[in-house]
Amino acid sequence: MELGSVQDQSASTFSLTDEDHTLANSLRFTLNQDPRVTFCGYSIPHPSDARVNIRVQTTGDPASEVFKDSCQDLMLICQHVRSTFDHAVTNFKN
Amino acid sequence: MAKVPIWDLPDVPTGELPPHIQLQRTRVFCKSDAPTNTENIQYSGAYASMGVDNSLRLDQFRSNFKVEVMRLNEDDMEFDMIGIDPSIANAFRRILIAELPTMAIEKVLIANNTSVIQDEVLAHRLGLIPIKVDPRLFDYMSENDVPNEKNTIVFKLHVRCERGDARLTEKRRLTVVVLIFNWLVTEWYFKMAMACYAVTSDELKWLPNGSEFPLAPENSASNSTSRPKTYTSFSCSQDSLPQFSKNPITLKHPDIIIAKLGLGQEIELEAHAVKGMGKTHAKWSPVATAWYRMLPEVVLLQEIEDEKATELVQKCPTKVFDIEDVGKGKKRATVARPRDCTLCRECIRGEGWENYVALRLTIESTGALPPEVLFTEAVKILEDKCER
Repeated sequence: MELGSVQDQSASTFSLTDEDHTLANSLRFTLNQDPRVTFCGYSIPHPSDARVNIRVQTTGDPASEVFKDSCQDLMLICQHVRSTFDHAVTNFKN
Repeated sequence: MAKVPIWDLPDVPTGELPPHIQLQRTRVFCKSDAPTNTENIQYSGAYASMGVDNSLRLDQFRSNFKVEVMRLNEDDMEFDMIGIDPSIANAFRRILIAELPTMAIEKVLIANNTSVIQDEVLAHRLGLIPIKVDPRLFDYMSENDVPNEKNTIVFKLHVRCERGDARLTEKRRLTVVVLIFNWLVTEWYFKMAMACYAVTSDELKWLPNGSEFPLAPENSASNSTSRPKTYTSFSCSQDSLPQFSKNPITLKHPDIIIAKLGLGQEIELEAHAVKGMGKTHAKWSPVATAWYRMLPEVVLLQEIEDEKATELVQKCPTKVFDIEDVGKGKKRATVARPRDCTLCRECIRGEGWENYVALRLTIESTGALPPEVLFTEAVKILEDKCER
């Protein structure tokens, strides 16, 4: 669930429910690698609620676009990891 | 003055970092008191003044990323991931421990328990037993669902300890020495055989037809079905499903001791296993554990020779160093097995070497599924999270 965009499109906070450090830290990493991003961070308001706030500030591009792009990047990274891993395992077995 | 192309001028940044910063960027230093330089420089513009782009290009990641499998058994595996960031590696580790679903016993219907193990302790122990079945073949069961063959596995346990049972083992022998304090010393040996029968996990039998305990109260008026209503309503026997007809559902380890019974004690129960995730309770975690660590790289700053070399080789508890004979009778220490280095820093206590740490990942799993499958499942789960 994403909410919390402000009038200024280039900076906003995304609040995701039912998430924790697992996704948030990897998303923060991929967001940081994007050259359009000036600031990126995440926080967990309270450890008992499964909620994560991710803050993104960009150089002009709308923040939700950048966020979606980095989610896509993370998915591609995962797919690549998975295929490389499968290759390595089949190589090892032979 | 000869015309020199501008690229050859030495002070134009060539797009590469000077070597010491490159070292700082890719390695964590491990000094004698504490590791330094542990933060990743993730920010894409960090080296902008040097003209180097720190951002992650997907193709760059693809070309740099490698996986090497070190060891692969049925129960565990160890592999290296080179070129990945620790935050993603940690995400994989967290998913492997907490968010991969498995089947574990959740509800235990106890008909008779006269053993010394309390009901709840017995149920707790049953829940922790790993079940050898592919959890992808089952659905989750929510609170409103009726347990049926798509979301429940039923096991039965009915054991009784009889006198003269072949499985009894003699447990204790009590020796009593009695001293009578006049001139006669007498010894009596009392042999008290305390017989115990250990209930192992292979006593748990799989019931492909579902529960056998009838649901109470049995209403004779509504006896339209020929079969009495039980705690589960399996519409067809799990045996007939194609996945299970060839591989019956068993427990992973048949020799886990569940309880111990004395003479005349009995346990009769039925256990229902459902699908769950490690997040809810650790019994649903598919791995014994999974961990990763960075690959250590040991660099000797100076030449170490002769007695210092032998001293160094002896110091290291995991035998990381080796002696190499360089001619003229001198010996030199080399780093032979950096992988074994546990970063105990025993070798640094003397003088100055340095340890660097690069990046690798080790995963150990137990289990119902072979470990490589587990890992791919974990990666898939991370992907699915992103899609939301």
